Amino acid sequence: MSSRDEILGAVRANLPKLERPLPQVPMFDAAAPASLLALFKESLQDMGGDFLDASPGEDPLQMIRQRLASTKVVCSATPEVLGNRALSSIRAPRDLADVDIGVVRAAFAVAETGSVCLTQHSLGVNSLGYLPQHLIVLLDPADIVVNLHHAYQRPEFHQGHYAVFHTGPSATADIEGVLIHGAQGVRTLTVVPIVRAANNPTQ
Amino acid sequence: MRVGLFVPCYVDAFHPDVGIATLELLERFGIEVEYPFNQTCCGQPMTNSGCHAESAATEALFVQNFERFDYIVGPSGSCVHHVRSNFDSIEQTDIVRKVRANTYELVEFLHDVLKVEAFPWAEFPHRVAYHNNCNALRGIGHASMSELRVEPFSKPLDLLRKVRGIEVVQLARPDECCGFGGTFSVFAEGISSKMGHDKVRDEMQSGAEYVVSADSSCMMHQQGCAERAGLPMKYIHIAQVLNGASS
Amino acid sequence: MNGIEKDTQPPLEAERTILHPELAAPPDESPVKNGRRLQHAEGASHPIHPPPEREPQPRGARIRGNHRVDQTEAAERFIASPAHEKMHDERLWDLRGKRDRQMHSIPEWEELRTLASAIKEHTLTHLDQYLEQFEQNARANGVHVHWAKDGEEHNRIVHGVLRDHGAKTLIKSKSMLTEECGFRPYMAAAGIEVIETDLGERIQQLDNEDPSHVVVPAVHKLRGDVAQVFAAHLGTDPMDDDVHHLAEAQRQATRPLILNAQAGMTGCNFAIAETGGITVCTNEGNADLSANVPNLHIASIGIEKVIPRLEHLAVFVRLLSRSALGSPITQYTSHIRGPRAGGEMHMVLVDNGRSARLEQDKFWTSLKCIRCGACMNTCPVYRRSGGLSYGATYSGPIGLIIDPSFNRHKYSALPFSSSLNGSCSNVCPVKINIHEQIAAWRQVMAENHELTLIKKAAMKAAGVLLAHPVLYRAAITSADSALNNLPRFAIYIRLNAWGRHREVPHAPRESFHSWYKRNRSVP
Repeated sequence: MSSRDEILGAVRANLPKLERPLPQVPMFDAAAPASLLALFKESLQDMGGDFLDASPGEDPLQMIRQRLASTKVVCSATPEVLGNRALSSIRAPRDLADVDIGVVRAAFAVAETGSVCLTQHSLGVNSLGYLPQHLIVLLDPADIVVNLHHAYQRPEFHQGHYAVFHTGPSATADIEGVLIHGAQGVRTLTVVPIVRAANNPTQ
Repeated sequence: MRVGLFVPCYVDAFHPDVGIATLELLERFGIEVEYPFNQTCCGQPMTNSGCHAESAATEALFVQNFERFDYIVGPSGSCVHHVRSNFDSIEQTDIVRKVRANTYELVEFLHDVLKVEAFPWAEFPHRVAYHNNCNALRGIGHASMSELRVEPFSKPLDLLRKVRGIEVVQLARPDECCGFGGTFSVFAEGISSKMGHDKVRDEMQSGAEYVVSADSSCMMHQQGCAERAGLPMKYIHIAQVLNGASS
Repeated sequence: MNGIEKDTQPPLEAERTILHPELAAPPDESPVKNGRRLQHAEGASHPIHPPPEREPQPRGARIRGNHRVDQTEAAERFIASPAHEKMHDERLWDLRGKRDRQMHSIPEWEELRTLASAIKEHTLTHLDQYLEQFEQNARANGVHVHWAKDGEEHNRIVHGVLRDHGAKTLIKSKSMLTEECGFRPYMAAAGIEVIETDLGERIQQLDNEDPSHVVVPAVHKLRGDVAQVFAAHLGTDPMDDDVHHLAEAQRQATRPLILNAQAGMTGCNFAIAETGGITVCTNEGNADLSANVPNLHIASIGIEKVIPRLEHLAVFVRLLSRSALGSPITQYTSHIRGPRAGGEMHMVLVDNGRSARLEQDKFWTSLKCIRCGACMNTCPVYRRSGGLSYGATYSGPIGLIIDPSFNRHKYSALPFSSSLNGSCSNVCPVKINIHEQIAAWRQVMAENHELTLIKKAAMKAAGVLLAHPVLYRAAITSADSALNNLPRFAIYIRLNAWGRHREVPHAPRESFHSWYKRNRSVP
């Protein structure tokens, strides 16, 4: 008998003979705020993320380009922003190790937690979310859902093999509770509200 | 109503004043209180250590002593919790079930059964910190538990606030265990003492003059720590305060 | 949202929550946003700092083969190291406080706990079906699924996979299951280099010590201890204990190891039957690095981690980090359904005693555990003892009820390292009745002759004394005899144990029995 059969056999034999129905999970969204963007921004900042606020008249894309102008290695997975390390040239994940700034677009975001969802589709190469020193995330405000109950109804979790919530930058407080950003992943994560182009729909 | 007075073994031995205050307090409300002389203990010391078989005879004796009463009232949350929740080393006859269900701790009896509105004879012009014994708090529901999202309430504080002159102050860790834990106090003495000393420290830092509690087991332990540390904290049972003790 | 809208904050919200004011530190260099000091991840909500004089780190329980582990001995050594003990206690109490603040901000908190418990109990009572569904979907996604009866088999399987790929270096993220399996010693003996990527785990690995807490593995260490470990293994300055410098040193030292590793291993917080995918929660992003940089990803999964569908995942993700660290979510919540492009993925489903525990009437619900550590944070014994005092993979309240099922004799004393106060059960997001299970384990130990001789004799004597009114009254009749003859059972244990750090109770003039006999009529 294989281990699989032994384990499943033991489980089956030992199942507690008790009535334990599966409960219905509500959406818990009755008190959703008027502005999901405002809640998202506050949640993101509480988790150490940055939000790029463009003043009226300012173009957020311009602001990004200005920041990238002085950056040595930029790798972008978005059509809106041009980097100098083409994703198509990446043969192994570690080839992104020297990237200073990565630019990606979020598939969607969650207001409750301040999380952005990145998928293998939005990342191109999964390690783009982790090896650069900094990450810039483009987010269409229309792509914000109120909470995790809504988030897990999205199709991204049934498509592709990888979907991840990033909530601010990499962090740890393993030593005496002192908060560190950039533990092993990105040191900063900046979300920039930019509407999707018409020819770049969600999935 | 016929009330049987249950005086826990350690109250009998070390804090008879608490038993006396409980008796007198109940009598102030015109209740006929009897004290079954052959009572000893609720059995918790043995079951606390997992020794249920060794507890059976003691539990049987408890039922024997108290089966003729409408209510059994005792000044200890932990003992009453044991009787109501863990008293199953003996066969659960109807009499046993009745005794268990009718056993009340003093504060809950005053608050929920007698629904006392006033203690006109009581005055305690001191700043006090209240200590909730863990079984009284989490076992028999004396007050809301800080770990749960519920509307705050406190039966002992409801009663204490009816005492003239009393001022209640808050601890930094309002319901952290003080470390008595029954046999834990001796079998894990080092940890128990550290918890007790920390509790005393919190009480001193709160500015309280007195600590009031419904369980003198905890207070015996805390007082022992305070005295060893040379700290002037005073400990008094809620029965004594409500019965009119001034200090 | 559903639930009570009323204000549930304690009416006299204590401004003062710190027990050891001497640890309070001036505003530090922690990141600040919108004028608020950030405290996400495991960040402390207010700065605390140990005293400047260094104190040697107290080590864990003394393990001697299969001998009964003495937790209280190790705890007393921890307590005797006041700088370590106070920081540990204050830091974890702070995490408990952060958890409470999250709880108050979610009106449906208690409903979420009820849902989480119900989902887990349903899944466990149908575990075979959900495991089969999970495996089927994982295989359909291109994952290689293996089954391991115990830790030894898990290690053999993983070793086999690594061998098949010619992999000699493995980076991994945190997994308590791999600790259970004794994974690192096995791999060391097999010549595989294993590199922990979680900062706390890496510190512990370099120091040749087990993790002391399921979420913050090095919480028992002060910055000076870490500085010494890094000085010895990373070549940093032993006197530089600046936490930012230490963290940066580890980042720089570990990064090349990550980039060059031939395989990556992760644990699993939740396994979703509906999708065949796993969810892994970290604050550092090291699970994502472990899964996505090397070509080979191996995930170790305890069979109790399965949940039915994504909609249930929402409940657990909302509860996990709030319960563990007091932040709404971990920095990274990764959902992995299959290998990345150009990669290969294996899963090892591990039993290691879980199917056996399913049969235990009083203990099967311990399988609901999502390893959040909230019970450890609130436990007044754990906070003063340090996790290493338990001498087992799992420490704190959950450890007391799980470890004896791995080795009843070795861990027979653990269920007595508790005051049975019940705080753990209240903070448990899946409503395990931990304190009741601790009491139930005591009964198992008593019935299986696992009590120390002293305890057993004492309880027997007490049981006789307290059942006989005349004997009992004789023992406590007068003030002198009350204290000179401490209740008989107390004599049978280490003499004057009570009196080591406490004064014994004052002798009353007479017992209540005596007073009553004198002043009231006895029929």
